[in-house]
Amino acid sequence: MTCSLFHPGLLLILSGLLIPFLQGTKRTLFVLMIPCLALASVWNMSFGSACSIQYLGYELILINLDSLSRLFITVFSLTVFTGSLFCCKQAGSKELAAAFIYAGGAMSVVLAGDLLSLFIFWELMALASTLVIWSAQTENSRLAGMRYIVIHLLGGVILMCGIAAYVHETGSIQFTAMQADSIATWLILCGFLLNAGAPPLTAWLADAYPEASFSGTVFLSAFTTKTAVYVLLRGFPGTELLVYIGLFMIFYGIIYALLENDMRRILAYSIINQVGFMIVGIGIGTEMALNGAAAHAFTHIIYKALLLMSAGSVLYMTGKRKCTDLGGLIQSMPITAICGIIGALAISSFPLTSGFVSKSMVTQSSVDEHLLWVWLLLQAASAGVFLHAGIKFPWFVFFQKDSGLRPDDPPFNMKLAMILFASACIILGLFPDLLYVMLPYEVNYVPYTAAHTVTQLQLLLFSGLAFFVMLPLMKRTLTISLDFDWFYRKFGKVVSIFIIDKLCQLQKMFSLHFSNLKLKRYLDEKLDMQLSLAMGMSIIMVMFVISLSYFLF
Amino acid sequence: MKQNWFYRKSSIKKLWIGTIVILALTVLAEVFVTLHPHFKVEGLFGFHALFGFFACVGMVVFAKVLGFLIKRKDDYYDV
Repeated sequence: MTCSLFHPGLLLILSGLLIPFLQGTKRTLFVLMIPCLALASVWNMSFGSACSIQYLGYELILINLDSLSRLFITVFSLTVFTGSLFCCKQAGSKELAAAFIYAGGAMSVVLAGDLLSLFIFWELMALASTLVIWSAQTENSRLAGMRYIVIHLLGGVILMCGIAAYVHETGSIQFTAMQADSIATWLILCGFLLNAGAPPLTAWLADAYPEASFSGTVFLSAFTTKTAVYVLLRGFPGTELLVYIGLFMIFYGIIYALLENDMRRILAYSIINQVGFMIVGIGIGTEMALNGAAAHAFTHIIYKALLLMSAGSVLYMTGKRKCTDLGGLIQSMPITAICGIIGALAISSFPLTSGFVSKSMVTQSSVDEHLLWVWLLLQAASAGVFLHAGIKFPWFVFFQKDSGLRPDDPPFNMKLAMILFASACIILGLFPDLLYVMLPYEVNYVPYTAAHTVTQLQLLLFSGLAFFVMLPLMKRTLTISLDFDWFYRKFGKVVSIFIIDKLCQLQKMFSLHFSNLKLKRYLDEKLDMQLSLAMGMSIIMVMFVISLSYFLF
Repeated sequence: MKQNWFYRKSSIKKLWIGTIVILALTVLAEVFVTLHPHFKVEGLFGFHALFGFFACVGMVVFAKVLGFLIKRKDDYYDV
């Protein structure tokens, strides 16, 4: 048992189970203290493997610590701390408990030295994150959570098939760098990529995250996609395919965010966009690129949580989340607005913010490898980030037409959490070495050269000009955008209703009366959503198997 | 109630003038800074400014066109 006391992931999981028994100040102190303990324990651990247990004849290694895993555990602990501070007075115990188990699962995945324990905690994350979504306790969150878990269980099945085949092939369960050259490693790669929000199943993220409560989304934004980035960093560095997948995600995020009206969905799309930058870095695969991907994951978690706390505060105080209903909030919520703007500048990689010192490493690595087209697309995308998140979010929420709403800034603990992460964005931007010393490889990179600062400012400020010039084209409308989820939300429904209707007609035609089989019941009892999901998933599975066999044989 | 600074007519004009001055300065700064172009195209004067601007215009227009195809009323899935 000594191992669970010092294992940061298990520590969070166990304390998550205790949270429902605590109330008031005790609960607040507890949720703030535990992430600090996790942070302290990981920085007092020595590098290497520890805490192994025997299971089914295999040796599971629960702790495999090196600078990469320590980097991720550090930022995960910081997010749990700040996220808990943000909602320690407001959130329900169930949500906090689920968030702790979810974060603990993510940390355990990061520390796992073998594929079996990685898989167990991977699935725990899927379950706990669904509970975080359901904690909003609305009809929309119930439905979105259902779609979310089905997609993630599908990903889990794919990953487990891959792991089983891999163990069968190699006889080892150790988690090391792999080549995507056999069906086993392909399946593992697909399982990892699904959690990263890679195409074609990108829609789950923007579908589910914005349906969580004002605080739940803050936790959700940090763990699932970034754990996927971590396992890709460790498992598939230098896989060329990832460059193209990453580029697709980058532009997908920008375009869908430009079309979106819901402020938290805009930020959800921009998670996919930012993860795209990391995936490109992993695909390039040089030391500079991998450092860049890891550094960008670190800074991204912080400024994205900040942006979602800012949006969460607006939602908490006004109950509104559509850009068409918001606007002019800077007049009464100055602190929320300023913190949101700092987060927006950081995500856009403005000089003096954290995004500048991390994203430019990925861009620089494309230059070092002479990848002109990748570089051009990354530069265009950097401008696009400012467009879709950097200006669009603050502009439509805090400025634009005055909505007449005059809510106050949120309660003290929420303000404090935002100020904490806003300061972190600026401190990392001013002193990049704080971040660089934690990276897996030695850093020989100076972000603040005169040329880099000037060109980056040109790129961003003229992108800002484009926003205001094109503003008439970006009038917000009460719309959503179709995505791949159409298959399991609409097409699946249409197909399943069609089949049931036909079966019912047959039943009538032959005047059959099955005592227990009342098909109409499925439609009457609003089970069409489940049917639609099942049908959609079957369609996706068939398409997946066909495309996989096409690629492999 | 006094109107917020951001919403006065006079300040909107000031903001635009300030913006244009800053934009001009960032381009002019290139004269005093030695760029280290790795790719040829990087060395062109004002490349990043033009590229940033037109890339964004392109993305907005692309999104607008795509929007005609994939935008639906926001209760599309509820009915």
